[in-house]
Amino acid sequence: MTRYLPPAILVVLALLPLVLKDPYLLNALITGGIFTIGAISLNLLLGYTGQLSLGHIAFFGIGAYASALTTLGFDIGIFGDFRIVHEGWHPFAGFIVAILLSGACGYVVGRLSFRVRGAYFVIVTICFAEVVRLVALNWVELTQGPLALTAIPQMKIGFPGLGEITLRTKAQNYYLMLAVAALAYVVVARLVSSRFGRAMRGLKENEQLAISVGVNATRTLTVAAAISAAIAGAAGSIYAHYFRIIDPDVFLFTYTVTMVIMVVSGGKGALAGPVIGGLIFGTLPVALRPYMAPEAQWIVYGAVLIAILFLMPRGIAPYLDDWFASRRRAPARAPVAQPQLEGQP
Amino acid sequence: MSANAAPILSVDHVGVRFGGLVAIADLHFDVREGEILSLIGPNGAGKTTAFNVVTGFLKPTQGEVRLRGTSLSGLSPNRINRLGLARTFQRTSVFPNDTVTDNVLIGLHREDRGASLLEAIFNLPRERAGEAARREKARALIDWVGLSARANERAGALSYGEQRLVGVALALATEPSMLLLDEPVSGMNASETQNFVRLIRSVRDRGVTILLVEHDMPMVMEVSDRIVALNHGKLIADGTPDEIRADPAVIEAYLGKSAAAREAEREAAHA
Amino acid sequence: MDQFLQHLVNAMVLGGAYALLGIGLTLIFGIMNVVNFTHGALYTFGAYAMFIASTALGLNFFVALPFSIVAGLALGAAIELTLLRPLRGADIDTTMLVMIGAGIILQSGTLWIFGGVAKAIPSPFPDAPLTLGSVSISWLRLFVLVAAAALIALAYAMINGTRLGRAMRATFQDSDAAALMGVNVRFIYTATFALGSSLAAAAGALLGPVYVVFPQMGDLAAVKAFAIVILGGLGSITGAALGGFILALAEEFGAGYVSSGYRDAMGFLIIIAVLLAKPTGLFARAERVG
Repeated sequence: MTRYLPPAILVVLALLPLVLKDPYLLNALITGGIFTIGAISLNLLLGYTGQLSLGHIAFFGIGAYASALTTLGFDIGIFGDFRIVHEGWHPFAGFIVAILLSGACGYVVGRLSFRVRGAYFVIVTICFAEVVRLVALNWVELTQGPLALTAIPQMKIGFPGLGEITLRTKAQNYYLMLAVAALAYVVVARLVSSRFGRAMRGLKENEQLAISVGVNATRTLTVAAAISAAIAGAAGSIYAHYFRIIDPDVFLFTYTVTMVIMVVSGGKGALAGPVIGGLIFGTLPVALRPYMAPEAQWIVYGAVLIAILFLMPRGIAPYLDDWFASRRRAPARAPVAQPQLEGQP
Repeated sequence: MSANAAPILSVDHVGVRFGGLVAIADLHFDVREGEILSLIGPNGAGKTTAFNVVTGFLKPTQGEVRLRGTSLSGLSPNRINRLGLARTFQRTSVFPNDTVTDNVLIGLHREDRGASLLEAIFNLPRERAGEAARREKARALIDWVGLSARANERAGALSYGEQRLVGVALALATEPSMLLLDEPVSGMNASETQNFVRLIRSVRDRGVTILLVEHDMPMVMEVSDRIVALNHGKLIADGTPDEIRADPAVIEAYLGKSAAAREAEREAAHA
Repeated sequence: MDQFLQHLVNAMVLGGAYALLGIGLTLIFGIMNVVNFTHGALYTFGAYAMFIASTALGLNFFVALPFSIVAGLALGAAIELTLLRPLRGADIDTTMLVMIGAGIILQSGTLWIFGGVAKAIPSPFPDAPLTLGSVSISWLRLFVLVAAAALIALAYAMINGTRLGRAMRATFQDSDAAALMGVNVRFIYTATFALGSSLAAAAGALLGPVYVVFPQMGDLAAVKAFAIVILGGLGSITGAALGGFILALAEEFGAGYVSSGYRDAMGFLIIIAVLLAKPTGLFARAERVG
């Protein structure tokens, strides 16, 4: 019955704003949901290619800045008198630019950093995110630096027959988040079950063997990194147009850690993983807020991360899977046949 | 196979050095189209190194390898596989967490009939047709090596011998013209080994040339058309199993040891 | 030229503390194969230990310093025993994530207890700097340089001249062989992590009085330590010491002559450049087995 579970959960989530009117809760759900989209994209790398990318927030932030700047416009000097002047575009164009630019950055960074593996890959990805943060902080002419980009226009979406809608209310933004999250989920689901996804899994499980049967490791990983970054960029764009203000702090390592916690607790390499993790860690701040200061909440997150790695390193999703599987009867192990060997297969 | 068939693979004066250590001094031999050629030699003779050079996992410090006249120098292992060379590995021959079917499907991933990335994501007709064709091929290959009963089991849960069969199916999925087998029967019992010998012959009968590295001498003598013997990174003999058995250099380097020592070596190879 | 000399002197002071950070991390990385994401938090911890010792506890500055180093040693040992020992044999990604969790707990704990406001550690040295020609250096900075050099020499002597150091080097070469030769590898891991932690705490305790102490001070310190390790080579004390000074020079001159805003980007750029120019790393041991 697990096949019907994702659409059922989507329906429940879609009905939520009808009963949930509290703007604070809705805001928490939107924020949690935006980071869940980031977690869904991170899972593609972390869970399916097995590459622990800890600079993922860079693509989210690049998407946020790209979308905001495309919409707001900018005027920057390059060499001497040569300036690039951009008049603000439609917010939806910003959304598209965010996806494309983040995807392109993901491609380039992947291309460069997949030359190293293991701890060195992790360190390179962290460094990349920090360099981008420092650029956002110091390129004041473009990004306003620590003063932040403000008054970012709200997202506008045109619907055939309905005309254009500006997303002003929390409920509208909630539906935008949910739609993008569902799309991201489907894209990742389709990708990992296609032959591209099998190549990724092959690389994760046994890189040498995968290359020896013709899998192009660099290209496969780079494509995964680009798609993952593009989805993160989409999440960043929603973030920018929802909060309408962004500063270089969107690149902080702690946000990457938030996504990592969502993926690892939910179950990396499981489609449901980041969704489960996102639901838990997206709503946990709301549950903990009356009792704890934000820094105390972070202590809880750190402790939960450690506890999960010790107690259920595969995350929650596989346990749910096992539970569903145990409700069906396991087929008996059949005896081994002799090799057939005759004729051409 | 006839002795004057064209070479499919030429190992042309290949040498490999790691720092000051000479793994292969100067290796020179051809593999002819359609034959079963075995590479033998005592431990440390450079057999696995030679395998890694041929399949692109190691860059030789001198010489080159040619596949049907095309130089493999500087090509990555995945490119070399596309040119028609497939291999199995000594220890890890499968993707342990995938089912047997998915293992073989990974081998089929680069089928040119396959649809583009976007078609795959949106599950368009061409992708669906390609996927159906791949599944059919995978099923046929799995049947052919005799693992149809295990098709939906996790490859890592299979017995050692069965995993080797998955490895062969996986390699054959890439439709190679030549297959390199790295100690495929080590750890197998007698009946599994016999089955594997039949398998190797059937693979050859499908038109795939075989290069085999193996310590199990009776098996090598039984299955090979020709044998190349190495010692200390150098070629010391090249001939039919009977010629190799009688070759004084081989006897001295390899078979000349006492029966007990040979037995110990075989034990070590199986461990 | 005068400015050049001044930058050089500043870089020496900074480089000493960076070298301590780098040595601690390179030992842990090299011997235990653990990417220690708590290293920055231990640096912060050392600075706060120094702050508490010299204010709340009222200890003399020169007593507070060894106190902070010992506190770092104890915290490092505690982390190793509770988190790393049970995870021996787990894959490197798992230990990295656990260390990230521990780092978050330490940093948020510091923020929770002490608040986000930066603290100053009182210094016993005169305010007037020592001036030699056109170059001036504060007495405190001079002390930091001397103390760092002494600690580096001490660590070097310990690794190369004691039984413990010999066992650590044997474990670095091959932990299985070391175990066969009677080395208590479990103890070596604890000792290594504690020693590395104490060096990070020492760096924090030394730089804390020079700058100010705040909960996030360890974030950049950690990345700098990674840069130093990658520059200097895995498990090499000499390399880490050199790497520390190279990074300090790059930062000091980068900030002086290029742009002060990108001062802290130097470490990151060095890491990216080194790893990408030489994908196998500058190390004797390759991460990938071919």
